[in-house]
Amino acid sequence: MLGGVADELFKALADPTRRTILDELADRSGQTLFEICGRLSMRHQLGISRQAVSQHLAVLEAAGLVETRREGRYKYHDLNTAPLRQITERWPEPEPEESTP
Amino acid sequence: MKIHLTSVFVDDQAKAERFYVDVLGFVKKHDVPVGGEDRWLTVVSPEEPGGTELLLEPAGHPAVKPYRDALVTDGIPIAQFAVADVRAEYERLAALGVHFTQEPVEMGPVVTAVFDDTCGNLIQIATQPE
Repeated sequence: MLGGVADELFKALADPTRRTILDELADRSGQTLFEICGRLSMRHQLGISRQAVSQHLAVLEAAGLVETRREGRYKYHDLNTAPLRQITERWPEPEPEESTP
Repeated sequence: MKIHLTSVFVDDQAKAERFYVDVLGFVKKHDVPVGGEDRWLTVVSPEEPGGTELLLEPAGHPAVKPYRDALVTDGIPIAQFAVADVRAEYERLAALGVHFTQEPVEMGPVVTAVFDDTCGNLIQIATQPE
């Protein structure tokens, strides 16, 4: 099961457009699809269709990096960085060697 | 050819008149009964009384609801208005209780924000660069 989750995570992170979406959600969480599309085209000159952005968001959602919530009639996308911990837990930074006086 | 009039569907024309005139600050231009409860109700900008009219059109047609619901879910505005300063307008409208689905953000050369007109639509405001 862990392997499957990791596969989704690494697949999601492997694409530069998806990393840019995460950057923009880190700038401000809770964005509509319209705002995400606007940021990609106007701030990053990424000319991709709304449908393509939706597909990228679905991949990010499958990896747990993006969560969607309905608030009344609107749908917002939030950033969730918790899955990224799997990376440092799997390959932890070595503990600094204790200095012996 | 000129764009003389454009329209937005509104759930309730009386409510729409209050929002577009009292809250946004547009001026009523035409208000003519057209049968039943419906009115030919248009507003214009006080900055441009002879400019493009916005028709606040009854949303009775069955196609309107699914069309607007899908757009609103994705945060897509149905019209865009120009303002001198999006951030100042955001502060003014938010203080009046207007709900924004997108707070002001720099989108390259323009600053935009998106709010709910309480009549079924999202509206974008934008400040163009000088």
